[in-house]
Amino acid sequence: MTTATLGRRSVLAGAAAAAAVAHPAVAQGTRAKVVVVGGGFGGASCARALSREGLEVTLVEPEASFTTCPFSNAVIVGLRGMEAQRFGYDGVRRTGVVAVQTAATAVDAEARRVILAAGSTLPYDRLVLSPGIDLRFDALPGYDEHAAEVLPHAWKAGAQTLLLRRQLEAMEDGGTVVMAVPPNPYRCPPGPYERASLIAHYLKTRKPRSKLLVLDAKDAFSKQRLFESAWRALYPGLLEHVPLSAGGKVASVDPATRTLSTDFGDHRATVANVIPPQQAGRIAALAGVADRSGWCPIDPVSFESRLRPGIHVIGDAAIAGAMPKSAFAANAQAKVCAAAIAALLRGETPPEPRLINTCYSLVAPDYGISVAGVYRPANGLLADVEGAGGVSPLDAPPVVRALEATYAEDWFRTITEEVFG
Amino acid sequence: MVRAALAAALAVAAAGPASAADAAPPGASSCSGCHAVSGRDGAAVPAIHGRPAEEIAAAMLAYRRGEASPTVMDRIAKGFSEDEIRAIAAWIAAQR
Repeated sequence: MTTATLGRRSVLAGAAAAAAVAHPAVAQGTRAKVVVVGGGFGGASCARALSREGLEVTLVEPEASFTTCPFSNAVIVGLRGMEAQRFGYDGVRRTGVVAVQTAATAVDAEARRVILAAGSTLPYDRLVLSPGIDLRFDALPGYDEHAAEVLPHAWKAGAQTLLLRRQLEAMEDGGTVVMAVPPNPYRCPPGPYERASLIAHYLKTRKPRSKLLVLDAKDAFSKQRLFESAWRALYPGLLEHVPLSAGGKVASVDPATRTLSTDFGDHRATVANVIPPQQAGRIAALAGVADRSGWCPIDPVSFESRLRPGIHVIGDAAIAGAMPKSAFAANAQAKVCAAAIAALLRGETPPEPRLINTCYSLVAPDYGISVAGVYRPANGLLADVEGAGGVSPLDAPPVVRALEATYAEDWFRTITEEVFG
Repeated sequence: MVRAALAAALAVAAAGPASAADAAPPGASSCSGCHAVSGRDGAAVPAIHGRPAEEIAAAMLAYRRGEASPTVMDRIAKGFSEDEIRAIAAWIAAQR
C-alpha cells in the first residue's frame, strides 16, 4: 500500500514537472490555452471538444458562417438550397469557445503565439490548425483565379457552387458538360464522381440531349465499381468517364474558349467544371507544418505536427495515411486530437486511438452508396484495420440504395449539429 | 519534497483539463458523427447514447458476426475486438 502510494506520488510528481516545463500557463494555475485556426468540420469540432475538456479555447475563423461541401453537389443541380449548407458559430460559442472573426496570418512557433490579421496576437499552450484546402492555381496551365470565374471548380462551397449551378441552368439542351478530376490526394475522394452522377441526373431529367464528359487524371477511384455500375444502369450514353490510361488527364485549360486539353486532344465545353490539384490551407505553410508535398505530416496518435512541436493538424490538411480527406474524418480526428491535447496538458501520454470514417455518395436523389473504414496508428501513419471497412454491396436492391440515400441526409443533419451546435 | 511535488501535481490537476476517467475508449468518440447524441425525432440512424450497454454491445457483436442486415455498421464493427466493443458500449451507455 505504502509502495503503491509512493509510486503514484512519484508518477504525479513526474507528470507535474513535465507539465510545468512544457506548459508554463498550467504551472501558474491558469487554464491552459488552446487556439484553433479554421472553423470547418475539423476546427469547430475540435474547439468544442477542447472546451468540454475544461480548456480555454479560442477559435480563429474569418468567415461569419461555414458553408459545407457535403451535399453541395445537390445544390449545384438544384436539388437543395444553399441556405441548408450554411452554419454559424453561435452553437460553438455556447460551448464556451471564444470565436474571433478574423484571419490568422502567421504563427510564431517558438514564442507559441498566433498573429492575427488585425495585428494582435494570441498566445497558446497548444495550437490546432484545421485550415482545410487551398486550390493550387499554379498546377494546371491556364487555370488561375480568373479562369475559375469562367470554369468553376466549386470545390470550396459558396459562390463557386452557385456559379456552376447558374452555368448548368443557363446551358441549352444539347450542350456538353466537361469535368476535370485531379490526381490524388485531394479533398473528398468520391466527390467528383458523386458530382458527375448528379449532373448526369440533372441532364437526364432536364436536358436529355446533353452529354457529360469526365476527364480523370486517375485510373482507380473511391467506390469505383459502385459508381460505374450505377452509371451503366442510370446514365448510359450520357456520362462518359475517361480514365488516365485512356488519355483522361487534363494537361491545360483555356478559359477564353472553354477548352480542356489532354495529351490526346482538345475538348470544348459548354459548361466546364475544373477541379484543380490542392494543398493544405495557406496557414499550414506559414506555420511551417506543411512539407514539400504541400500537406502536413502528423503523429497518428496525437495529430501533432512532425515538423513543429506544439502544433496539431487535423482534417483535409493532414497527411493521415489511409484515412481520407472527408468531413467525417475531420470530425473524428478533431475529437481524438482534443482528447490527446487534454492528456498532454495533464502530462500524460495520449492513448492509442482508433478512428472511423463513413462517407455516403448520392448517385441519384434516391440512390445512395457508402464507404466505411476503421483506422489505427501503424508505422507512423493511420492504417486500415484489416478485415474492417469497405463499400456497399455491389448487388444491393433498390430499397438498400434508397435507405443509404436517407442515411446520407441523416448523417448530414447529425454531424452538422454535432460540429456547429 | 514529496509533499511539495504532490501539491504541484494537484495544482496542475486543478488548473488543467478534467481527469481522464471519462475518456472515450478507442473508437468511441467517432460514433456521434452519425448517431445524434441528443437523439432526434424521425432520425433514420438510431440514437444510441444512453442506451443500455448490453443492448449496444449485442447489436455491435451481431454486426461483427455479419448476422445483421448490411449497413455501414457491419463494416465498422469488424474493426474492433469483443472487448473493445464492450468498452465502447459501456462508454456510449454512460453518455447523455
